[in-house]
Amino acid sequence: MIGFFKQVGQTTRLMLVALGLSYRLFVQMVRLFRPTMKRFRLVSEQMHFLGNYSLAIISVSGLFVGFVLGLQGYYTLQKYGSESALGLLVALSLVRELGPVVCALLFAGRAGTSLTAEIGLMKAGEQLSAMEMMGIDPVARILAPRFWAGVFTMPILAAVFSAMGIIGGWIVGVLMIGIDAGSFWGQMQGGVDVFKDVLNGVIKSFIFGVTVTFIALYQGFEAQPTPEGVSRSTTSTVVVASLFVLGLDFMLTAFMFSL
Amino acid sequence: MQRSKSDVWVGLLVVLGFLAFLFLALQSANLLTLNWRTSYNLSARFDNIGGLKRQAAVKSAGVVVGRVKDINFDDSHFQATVTLSMDTRFHFPKDSSLKILTSGLLGEQYIGIEAGSDAKNLEPGDMVASTQSAIVLENLISQFLYNKAADGSSGGGSR
Repeated sequence: MIGFFKQVGQTTRLMLVALGLSYRLFVQMVRLFRPTMKRFRLVSEQMHFLGNYSLAIISVSGLFVGFVLGLQGYYTLQKYGSESALGLLVALSLVRELGPVVCALLFAGRAGTSLTAEIGLMKAGEQLSAMEMMGIDPVARILAPRFWAGVFTMPILAAVFSAMGIIGGWIVGVLMIGIDAGSFWGQMQGGVDVFKDVLNGVIKSFIFGVTVTFIALYQGFEAQPTPEGVSRSTTSTVVVASLFVLGLDFMLTAFMFSL
Repeated sequence: MQRSKSDVWVGLLVVLGFLAFLFLALQSANLLTLNWRTSYNLSARFDNIGGLKRQAAVKSAGVVVGRVKDINFDDSHFQATVTLSMDTRFHFPKDSSLKILTSGLLGEQYIGIEAGSDAKNLEPGDMVASTQSAIVLENLISQFLYNKAADGSSGGGSR
């Protein structure tokens, strides 16, 4: 019985420690914004690594999500004889929800895992300790450029995802099914608001970029310096980041669209 | 500053992102046709506005000539007060009438403005006198049923 309470107490304490540690790391990286921008070369290299290499998977998935939205949306809308609203359906669901969310999930799987594994292996190989011995702050040199690169890249990828999805919906709806192109674009333009829908989607993807990149970096930075620990951290990056993205998405949607 | 091979690709990524934003803003949300023109206000009272919302279109002959700016309830007349912001390019006679119409069967509601024949035009801040409320489906159905019932009873009485 006492052992049980001991365990509960210890787990709670460890969770609090992790929360405090991550918060401290987060504040440290936010405060390193200006010094990091002065060495933009590091950020741009990471943007190349995180952004350009994710571009293929993001645009292909966007295209296919658009295809599916076109088919499923047409199936539902034609029951009410309003298949001309397909463009609006595809654009709104992509710009408001699917663009930021699916893109963040893919980003966690494609880029987040590689960040965690890279930093975890640096730690296991004691490269981070070596840097510290040389008087270089690993947070400023390694973590902060990656963090800001992820934050900058994510909205770009989400926008590419949404644009590709709308093109996919257009291919299925207009080219394959034969909805009138004028009503497809016209209904879309009538119903999508630049500030209420597009801008809120961008804000969402920015917040998801912060969340996913930070979780990936934290998991790598706090990984057990063993092969097993690195693999466990990589797994929990995907799990934790996905849960956070979906949970945050609900809160952000409730907050933004209730206004 | 030394160059590196990745610069080109990062630049390309940023350009691509910019193009995607541009596509979203222009093609899907139609930013350019946002009305930056000056407008003048008109107001009108309706018995029932149905599902009319702010930013709904004001159309004349099917062309958008203004937007609904504000909707309020006036508790001295127990009517809805609707403020319209009209494009300054367009002027309408003083005896023009407003109707709340629906685009399509399940579409959005908008205000149709029908030009009158008065020589004077509506001035900014004027109130449009002649208005027609939105058609509420429930009222229509109950009216129809009531008429049916009246027909049935009168038919039975004459026999």
